[in-house]
Amino acid sequence: MTTGRASRVVLWLVVAFLYAPIAVLVLYSFNDSRFSAAWQGFTLRWYARLFQSPETAAALVNTLIVSIPSTLVATVLGTLLAVGLHFYRFPGRGMVELLLFLPVVLPDILMGVSLLAFYVAAHIPLGRLSIILAHISFQVSFVALVVRGRLQEFPPALLEAARDLGADQVRAFRHVVLPLLKPGILAGALIAFALSVDDFVITYFTAGAGASTLPIRIYSMVRRGVTPDINALSTLMLVFTLLLVALALRLQRAGAERKDSVVPTREP
Amino acid sequence: MSVERDRKAVALAVGPALLYLLLFFLAPLALIVVYSLAVNDPRGDVELALTLENYRRALDPVYLAVLARSVGYAALTTAISLLLGYPVASAVRAMDRRRQAAMLALLIIPSWMNLLVKNYAWIVLLRREGVINTLLQAAGLIDAPLPLLFTPWAVVIGLVHTYLPFMVLPVYAALERMDWRLVEAARDLGANRWQTFRRVILPQIRGGLVVGCVLVFIPSLGAFVTPDLLGGAETLMVATVVENQVLQVRDWPFASALAIALMALVIGALLLYRRFGGEAGQERVL
Repeated sequence: MTTGRASRVVLWLVVAFLYAPIAVLVLYSFNDSRFSAAWQGFTLRWYARLFQSPETAAALVNTLIVSIPSTLVATVLGTLLAVGLHFYRFPGRGMVELLLFLPVVLPDILMGVSLLAFYVAAHIPLGRLSIILAHISFQVSFVALVVRGRLQEFPPALLEAARDLGADQVRAFRHVVLPLLKPGILAGALIAFALSVDDFVITYFTAGAGASTLPIRIYSMVRRGVTPDINALSTLMLVFTLLLVALALRLQRAGAERKDSVVPTREP
Repeated sequence: MSVERDRKAVALAVGPALLYLLLFFLAPLALIVVYSLAVNDPRGDVELALTLENYRRALDPVYLAVLARSVGYAALTTAISLLLGYPVASAVRAMDRRRQAAMLALLIIPSWMNLLVKNYAWIVLLRREGVINTLLQAAGLIDAPLPLLFTPWAVVIGLVHTYLPFMVLPVYAALERMDWRLVEAARDLGANRWQTFRRVILPQIRGGLVVGCVLVFIPSLGAFVTPDLLGGAETLMVATVVENQVLQVRDWPFASALAIALMALVIGALLLYRRFGGEAGQERVL
């Protein structure tokens, strides 16, 4: 009653609005024309050119060199933090929660600029290491949030049972909490990885001149002018991150009955 | 069990991440607070001081206009997202269970697409030789290409495209939790559509609407990529000015003051959210 035909029309218009630009972009990555927006026939040559470009290859390598270690560190830190916040009450817990929440809500530009200032002041050279350190600082929050979502379903009796049977806290964590939490941790790690691979703003400020990641590469290509190569690279980026997220969602859902997903949207 | 052991466990679990965030998140923010009170010496070095001069400069008409424009674009983006997001969320809620899940996924997936890619897609559509101008010219509707890109509307469309999914989710969650028997009762008692919405639906979903608005407003306010790629000189937003002051002008104190001004606006929005979205505290912010 309250939702008439009009709402359904808006819904489908919004879906079209969200997807049409992306669809056009993907379509044009196969268009056999360098400059014109008119359709000139199907081609794969923009993809072929992409694979021959040394800059793109270097950006891909940099992206992996940055995102893999940052994800590993953030996953360990974020998981431990989530477990600590879930199972223990301690003074300052509210402040820790706030600190965890801030990197998620603050605009990227603030993290980018402040980290750059910090690196310069602390004489930390800009490059892959500085990007890794920056990525960890926003990834930790996302991992912790995803893992905490998973912990909400954790039966507290299990831990008590383990303790009653004589397991100390470290053992209870290793043998009870960790195995049950594994899908949640993996989901958190995949999300953190996707965020790292996708990040532009924070990387842009903390990269310095040398280290260019895939998003930085796309940005500098766009600044130099619209070419079909960008469409091809963009399409590959889309496919890659969407695969990661799909996998994360599957893991998150596995075993979780709750319908509402705890996997956050990309950025708040 | 023993308090001593619990304390050790907390330190072990929370300590590493806490230290990391203190060092690589909080300390850098504190540093730009300090810089914002400092003086820029001509060589581009920061001379520590305690002056409000940078903040005064941030309120000069030129920069005040930029701040006002940022707030304006973010508010417009939020308003459009709200006007679109509510009908979208309610149409989804009216579907049967399985289609609801599929439709929600369809609406959320774009939030996971790369920001640069999404904005670049609009360049492909909107530029002079772009898809829209080419189609319009081919159809004989226009003689010369329309200036679509580098306009305020291009920026706002880009922002709505990027952040609309953040509105849909909390509004949908609020509608889903709502007691729909009250709506039936209102209708039975003779309330019309508008009255039902105003008096019955709105009070129940207000929390969800506030959360959605905050989630769209904050990132729009601090947007860097979208105004940079889709806008021009007259659509400058605050993040672009901050970037320019840092990387080109190298005036760290002034850039820091602008960044802190942006942060103050963000915190203001968050406080509004706590004030008005507070009672709906169950809302997941993420």
